[in-house]
Amino acid sequence: MATIVLPAEVKKVSHNGHAGHGHHELSFVRKYLFSTDHKTIGKQFLFFSMFFLLVGGTLALVVRLQLGFPDHQSGFFQFFAKFFSLIFGKTNFDFNKDTGMYGMLDNFYNSAFTMHATFMIFFAVMPFLMGTFANFLIPLKIGAGDMAFPKLNMASFWVAVLAGLIMLTAFFVKGGAASGGWTGYPTLSAVPDFSGVIWGQNLWLISLLCSGISSLLGAINYITTVVNMRCPGMSWFRLPLSIWAIFITAILLLLAVPVLASALILLLFDRTIGTSFFIPTGLLSAGTVISGPGTAHAGGGQVLLWQHLFWFFGHPEVYIMILPAMGIASDVLSNFSRKPIFGYKAMVLAIAGIAVLGFFVWGHHMFQSGMNPLLGTTFMISTMLIAVPSAIKTFNWMGTIWGGNIRFTTSMLFAIGFVTMFVIGGLSGIFMASTPVDIFIHDTYFIVGHIHYVLFGGSIFSIFAGLYFWYPKMFGRMMNEKLGKIHFWTAFLSFNGVFFPMHILGIGGMMRRIYDYTQYPHLVRFQGMNAFMTICAFILGFSTLVFLFNFFWSMKKGKIADINPWQSNTLEWTVAYPIPHGNFPEMPHVFRGPYEYSAPDCPAGTDYYPQNMPPPGWGEAKA
Amino acid sequence: MSRPSGLKSTLKKLPGFLFAVIAFLAPAASFAVPAKSRYDHYWLPDANSTYAPKIDGMFNTILWITMTVFVLVELGILYFLFKYRHKPGRKATYTHGNNKLEIAWTIVPAVILVFLAIFSNSLWSEIRDPAKFPKDAPVIRIKPRQFQWDITYPGPDGKFDTPDDINTINQLYLAYNSPIQIKLQAQDVIHSFFVPEFRIKQDAVPGMQTAVWIQPTKMGDFNIACAELCGAQHYRMMGYVHIVTPDSLASWLKSQAPEAPAPAAPAVDTTKAK
Ligand code: HEM
Ligand SMILES: [Cu+2]
Ligand SMILES: [Cu+2]
Repeated sequence: MATIVLPAEVKKVSHNGHAGHGHHELSFVRKYLFSTDHKTIGKQFLFFSMFFLLVGGTLALVVRLQLGFPDHQSGFFQFFAKFFSLIFGKTNFDFNKDTGMYGMLDNFYNSAFTMHATFMIFFAVMPFLMGTFANFLIPLKIGAGDMAFPKLNMASFWVAVLAGLIMLTAFFVKGGAASGGWTGYPTLSAVPDFSGVIWGQNLWLISLLCSGISSLLGAINYITTVVNMRCPGMSWFRLPLSIWAIFITAILLLLAVPVLASALILLLFDRTIGTSFFIPTGLLSAGTVISGPGTAHAGGGQVLLWQHLFWFFGHPEVYIMILPAMGIASDVLSNFSRKPIFGYKAMVLAIAGIAVLGFFVWGHHMFQSGMNPLLGTTFMISTMLIAVPSAIKTFNWMGTIWGGNIRFTTSMLFAIGFVTMFVIGGLSGIFMASTPVDIFIHDTYFIVGHIHYVLFGGSIFSIFAGLYFWYPKMFGRMMNEKLGKIHFWTAFLSFNGVFFPMHILGIGGMMRRIYDYTQYPHLVRFQGMNAFMTICAFILGFSTLVFLFNFFWSMKKGKIADINPWQSNTLEWTVAYPIPHGNFPEMPHVFRGPYEYSAPDCPAGTDYYPQNMPPPGWGEAKA
Repeated sequence: MSRPSGLKSTLKKLPGFLFAVIAFLAPAASFAVPAKSRYDHYWLPDANSTYAPKIDGMFNTILWITMTVFVLVELGILYFLFKYRHKPGRKATYTHGNNKLEIAWTIVPAVILVFLAIFSNSLWSEIRDPAKFPKDAPVIRIKPRQFQWDITYPGPDGKFDTPDDINTINQLYLAYNSPIQIKLQAQDVIHSFFVPEFRIKQDAVPGMQTAVWIQPTKMGDFNIACAELCGAQHYRMMGYVHIVTPDSLASWLKSQAPEAPAPAAPAVDTTKAK
């Protein structure tokens, strides 16, 4: 495919007009550590998220190890328990000096899945999407020199680092890390007597508070930047869908995170200064009343209040983790199908629709919580409705690949993987939206299956698609395609091997968050299936190592990337690596939408039409 | 445990079967522990309450719909990927979309989903609406705590917190085919009362009362599971439900009656609702 060469006069302008940005050298600290350049901050978030993806992934394998081999006898269990005990300590693995055998403590298991979810959600998926991609892509794609508030941006990253460090510390305090689930329901999370976890839970709350502040700083920045700093010609409906999605997600963050923050503070007060927002009167611990007048806790609180606050944040939160992923997948699918995105405006409307409806469905997490059953009806209807925009998006992705000229790069494979897996997650959501069916499957592995189809098969696959796609612009080299395909196929197959059977477990009545399901006669039959899933999970973990190897190896050894290796239309591909501070030597001018692939008027011999390429005759009219 | 047979039940099992095949379940199931009990299949536990088959029916309806959508969408994607794969000389179709299609694939799913919501709702209110609980069903109180189920029968006087209350731990006896209401309130943290065969699950919350009703349709012994994470030994918080004839329930209750002041207690009548 021929590469587009910009007309001579445009090129000349860009060489002469090196506007303003001096060549002064920045110190190492200012350049790499406390940088205010959005590209550097984006990369910082990238390494941050990758680190926590590894931490979260390790914890996931700890959880799966226990579930696969709850009797602790097999060689597989012993081998990996020994390995993990090097990281988490022998006591957590119940090491028996006499027999030399490893086990696992039940409370450690509870901490492992709690911290797994916490790390994955708040320290991997969110910073990947709303730290890495938001930072790297927004200014480059809208033709801006940087973010509106570069210092705020830097603060956002370093507050996130602080949050991450606090969360990691939780493993090393007395009583261990939080073990009440990522949803942290009181009163288990509110009264230390009930869980035995003291500072672990407090640190969890403080860390999430910091992470929320980081998100808010980012959100304000992204919104301001997209509203105010689009280059000339970049009208709203010429924005790439990735930017639309990130923009709307930033609004979601701005509205949802403060609610979480308030809940976190209230719970922290309940734990530390004796308030009782979530602690009702008359709780019993070891036979004595511990809440109400004359006891340690004032009492009079409402347990369900937490759930309402948490899920008022929590449901928008799950869309915070999928909307940017949908945007990325849209960009990638359109590019490698060499076709405009099907139904661009419908896609934008669907994102907005999901965002709005997302604030009216939180109660679907509480159908069996004791909430008034009439509210169950309300939330069922809104939840059913929110599946509609998801369906619209899926059909439009199908429309996008229909009639295309599809190139199966690794990035494209992951984008296709995203669509096919998201379909499963969306459809399983309908079972849970149906209140009577949810009575049975709530709090079973069916939910865990749903979560992972949308968050791993959805968000993470899309993140991989985006990383393979923008790697050349981030690091100036191509990632290895062969290793990429090995990564994709092992990840795709083992992913389904781990998570599809979870639906079957849920249908069979296996509860989630359960250390040893073989206690229950109706679950003994699932031991073999769980072992199979665990082996798949380890393969999935291995596939991530292939990715990491490829990622770091390509930085040094990858093929040097062309300025526009994917023949893409959007502005980030018009600047060569390394992109200077200030991004664009000359303010770009946008003439058309981002998805003009295979348009009849594309420059001869090409099938794409860059956004900033002047239409024929434009220069003359000006001259 | 008798298992239904014949064409009708085969049809009922079909979605589950197809589902399992799609799951590539065969290899996984083949080295599963061979079960010796009624749990010899990988699908919904055998239904054992008046509303359980209705929930299963709703489940299967949704399964048929979603499976149809799943197969069509995924096959469509695979077909497009194959048909429109890159070939030298191929030119992609230049189109920005089609409004008629957009309207169609907005309205059709919306209609299906709203209908699902309406059908679901009538079943939901049948199970959950306090106004529709079976009238005069005897009441049992369960107050779970870490990590056990404290169960109280009101005794002959039908009132709780009186000397003739009958208290048991983890052992719930219910009369075959009689409706019963269970009031739940947790003593410490949230627990969740879950009996898979009944298809019922309800959180037991501290500081607040919740309730469920059940009418078991099969005799036998089953398990109460705790479905809400409640602490380190959450996994061990198992109880037992025994569905017995009304007569044996009565005699069991009598055997459990507190010794103390027994002013010629009349025979326990837990079946008066019938
Ligand atoms: C088609 C649209 C969707 C519908 C109808 C839907 C419906 C539901 C329902 C009803 C629940 C609660 C189930 C229960 O606990 O009993 C749930 C849980 C959940 N959903 Fe979805 N969902 C949809 C899409 C998504 C997406 C796109 C994501 C995230 C990317 C997501 C993430 C989650 C998570 C994380 C939970 C579990 C939270 C927890 O209890 O830990 N869902 N979903
Ligand atoms: Cu939700
Ligand atoms: Cu429990």
